[in-house]
Amino acid sequence: MRYNFLSLAANALSGNKHWAKAWRSPDPKPEYDAIIVGGGGHGLATAYYLAKNHGLTNIAVLEKGWLGGGNVGRNTTIVRSNYQMPANSKFYEHSMKLWEGLSQELNYNVMFSQRGIINLAHTPGQMDTYARRGNAMRMNGTDAELIGRDEVAARVPGLDVTPNARFPIVGGLLQSRGGTARHDAVAWGYARGADMLGVDIIQNCEVTGFVFDENDRNKVVGVETTRGKIGSKKVGVAVAGHTGHVMAMAGLNKLPIESHVLQAFVTEPIKPLLDTVVTFGAGHFYISQSDKGGLVFGGDPDGYNSYAQRGNLPMIEEVSGIALALFPNASRLRLLRHWGGIMDMSMDGSPIITKTPKDGLYLNGGWCYGGFKATPASGWCFAHTIANDQPHEYNAAFTLDRFNRGTTIDEKGIGPVPRAH
Amino acid sequence: MLIPCPYCGPRDSSEFTYSGDATVTRPDAANTTIEDWSDYIYQRTNPVGVHQDYWHHVQGCRLLLKVTRNTLTHEVSGAEIVGPWQNALKSQSQSGAVNSQNKDGAA
Repeated sequence: MRYNFLSLAANALSGNKHWAKAWRSPDPKPEYDAIIVGGGGHGLATAYYLAKNHGLTNIAVLEKGWLGGGNVGRNTTIVRSNYQMPANSKFYEHSMKLWEGLSQELNYNVMFSQRGIINLAHTPGQMDTYARRGNAMRMNGTDAELIGRDEVAARVPGLDVTPNARFPIVGGLLQSRGGTARHDAVAWGYARGADMLGVDIIQNCEVTGFVFDENDRNKVVGVETTRGKIGSKKVGVAVAGHTGHVMAMAGLNKLPIESHVLQAFVTEPIKPLLDTVVTFGAGHFYISQSDKGGLVFGGDPDGYNSYAQRGNLPMIEEVSGIALALFPNASRLRLLRHWGGIMDMSMDGSPIITKTPKDGLYLNGGWCYGGFKATPASGWCFAHTIANDQPHEYNAAFTLDRFNRGTTIDEKGIGPVPRAH
Repeated sequence: MLIPCPYCGPRDSSEFTYSGDATVTRPDAANTTIEDWSDYIYQRTNPVGVHQDYWHHVQGCRLLLKVTRNTLTHEVSGAEIVGPWQNALKSQSQSGAVNSQNKDGAA
């Protein structure tokens, strides 16, 4: 059922008791044309675009827990496309364009708010770096504006812009098309959209192994799950932090990925303080205010391999310290919640959307801690790759073999470490 | 997270710098293929459960430790010194030169 004014009015008048379920809960069929492992944002978006753009509707999304229970529901909801490496720039700008029409496309309000994102600069040298980044962005067709200290102060009234700040602010790089979105709604919107196109979304169904052709052990013909064997000649894996051990079940024992824990924080709700997204330039920190009023922020990952969905205290101290250096007026706010998510940190900070050495097996991973903003383009490109058995121009560089071909996409320019994003 | 430094005793992880996966071995530079180098630099097993990684006790004894840690629970089950100091510490320990308080503190 499409949502519109009439359906809203009719349901309101009947006490909101007759809303149809947003998606079905079907039992798995024995065979599909394509299977997506992982019912998070990327997996659901992939299923949606496979059905919408490529006409494959006999497909299933398998999720071991509940829909959108992983990183798509655990992030700080920031959307931006301020990249300068050509491969990243094309891809994330495509994602931004999909975001701009997403609520209409899905007939579901994902509450995408282009409130702008300001990367703060604290030294003249940093302003030069931002000028270079901003120019690269504009040449690639993305918007960017270099703004001075006074404009930063006018746009972000709560910010400490005094010369006495721990790291005085001299300006910033603004992407005004950046912003935030309602993260759960992205998962729900794609799930509902895919379901309406005939995709089976199967929750509580964990993949426990891959099935290979008896005559060709390199060819995937299905998956083993906790709800039995399901056949499919095409299997796409989009499982974020769990990429390593899921791909190990298919015989890919080593990947250029480490799983790390990243924490995020929400304060108690307050009146409007911050109507844009701000990132710190003398460390790593990003903050916005949710529609409910809580300040939502995060920093670096804890910095060591982890599958525990919780972090440790030193990072809480560091992130809170930065929050107060920027917004001294937040000093008496209490943290309402904090949590950890497992990030698939690739060794160059850029993602992987590719065919694998196994026929019929496709991989979407290595999102580091920037996967949320990529959700639409990730699904769009992964669907293209699965449907055509070859990548789209937008994800052609995001291969697995770039690491031994010397063509890594090192946006941060810091070499082979699983810490960039 | 407490790391049982064999020299200093149990110390908070914030005193250490994480230095990466300890299960990968640097290939012999004189006799190796590009694939082996690539594996060493980029490819990881990324296990769920018991794992070994290097932690540098920067704000302590400055020794490099190989720590055995569970990636699912953050439980640290052991730490050993890496490099030539391993043997030096052993002989010191036998002659009773290591501060007894520190030694008692070592888990």
